[in-house]
Amino acid sequence: MKIAVACADDNLEAAVDARLGRCANIVVVETDTMEFEVRRNPGALAGTGAGVAAAQLVADAGAVAVIAGNYGPNSLSAFAAGGIKAYIGAGKIREAVQALVDGKLEPVQ
Amino acid sequence: MLHADRPTVSVAAGKGGTGKTLFATSLAVALNEVQPGQVQLIDCDVEEPNADILLHPQIAEREPVKVLVPEVDLDTCTRCGRCAQECQFSAIAVIRDAVLTFPDLCAACGVCAYVCPVGAIAEVERQVGIVERGMSPEGIHFVQGRLSVGDQRATPVTKATARMVDVNMISILDAPPGTACPMQESIESSDYCILVTEPTPFGLANLQDAVETCRRMELPCGVVINRDGIGTPGVTDYCTAEGIDILLRIPQDRSIAEAYARGETLAHSFPQWRDELVDVYDAVCKFLRSESTLTT
Ligand code: SF4
Ligand code: SF4
Repeated sequence: MKIAVACADDNLEAAVDARLGRCANIVVVETDTMEFEVRRNPGALAGTGAGVAAAQLVADAGAVAVIAGNYGPNSLSAFAAGGIKAYIGAGKIREAVQALVDGKLEPVQ
Repeated sequence: MLHADRPTVSVAAGKGGTGKTLFATSLAVALNEVQPGQVQLIDCDVEEPNADILLHPQIAEREPVKVLVPEVDLDTCTRCGRCAQECQFSAIAVIRDAVLTFPDLCAACGVCAYVCPVGAIAEVERQVGIVERGMSPEGIHFVQGRLSVGDQRATPVTKATARMVDVNMISILDAPPGTACPMQESIESSDYCILVTEPTPFGLANLQDAVETCRRMELPCGVVINRDGIGTPGVTDYCTAEGIDILLRIPQDRSIAEAYARGETLAHSFPQWRDELVDVYDAVCKFLRSESTLTT
C-alpha cells in the first residue's frame, strides 16, 4: 500500500514534518518495496487552504494513509470523508512507516 | 473619487488597542456638532466591530451579505477532479470518492462550475455577514459590518460595508487594525487615511508598516499620536523625517482612559477637544485641496 508522509526533505532518513499543510514535500512510500517518490507540497507557500491542497495531493498520489506530526481541521475532514487514515508520527520517515505497517502508530480520531 | 468639500477619511492603526476607534468616534461626534446630521461613521472592523459601544446607535436596517458558493451534485459528478485542480484557493477537493467544499476558503470565483465537464456544480447563495445601519442619539449616521460567527473570510463583508460611504456626507471610516487585506479594503474607498499610533518603539514599527501600506496604495496619510507623553520621541522624529503631518496629539491622561472605559468619546466628555478634532478634519480638507490643485 501507499503511504504519504509530510517531510521537509526528500529521503526516507529525513524526519517526519510537524505539519502536513506547511511541509515542503510529501514523500509517498510503497510499503511493499519501500520505493518512494517525492512530491512538492503546493500548500507550503499558500496563504490559506494549505491543508486542503496537501490532502488533495495525498489523495492524488493514491495513498491510503498519511503520517504527519499534526493536521489542521480542513485536511482532517478531507481525509475522513475520503477514507484516508491519518496518523501522528515523528522521527525518521523509514521508521515511522515501519511503525505504521506494524500497527504501532496512533490514528487521529 | 475625491469629494472636495467632504472627503471620506479612514482611521487606521498598525495594531489594535491604540485608541483608533476612540479617535474615529470622537471625530464623528465633534464634526456632527458643527454639521448636524451630515456625518456618517462606518465601522469596517467586521471581525470585531466596536464603535457602537461609543456611539450607542439604534440599528434600523439589517442587510445580509451573501456570496455564491459551489454545491456539487454527487450523482452527476464523475470525480474527475478538474474542479479541485483549477481552484486557486483550495476551496474544493476531490478525495477519492468524496467531493468536499470549504466555503470559508472559497472566493466565489465560479471557476469550478465553469470547468466541470458534466455540469455537476451549481452556485448557491450563502450568507457570510450582515451590514447594519442606524442612527446615534445625536444624529450620526451609523453603519457597521459584522462577519457571521465562524466565518473566516472578511473580504465580502468589509467591501459591502465600505460601499456604504455616502459621498454627500462627511464619512469617517473606522478600519480594522493591522495592515492586511481587510484594512486595505477599508481604506481603499477613502480620500485620506489617519493613522493612530502610540509613541513607543512598538507603535513606531506598526506605524511604519501602515505608512508603507498607504503609500503603496497612493493614499495620503497623517498621524494622530495617542497617549502622547509616554514612550519615546521616535514617532515624532520619524514623521518629521518622512514629511508626514502630525494632526493631533492626545495626551496620556487618566481621565480620558476612564471616560473611554465608561463608553464615552473625547468629544462627549471633554468639550474642549471638539475644536481640535474639527481642526483635524479641516486640515485634511485643506491638504487635499492643495494636492488637487497641484495635480490638476
Ligand atoms: S468558486 Fe472559485 S474559489 Fe470557490 S471552490 Fe469554485 S473555483 Fe474554488
Ligand atoms: S469537475 Fe465536476 S465532475 Fe469533476 S470532480 Fe469536480 S464536480 Fe465532479
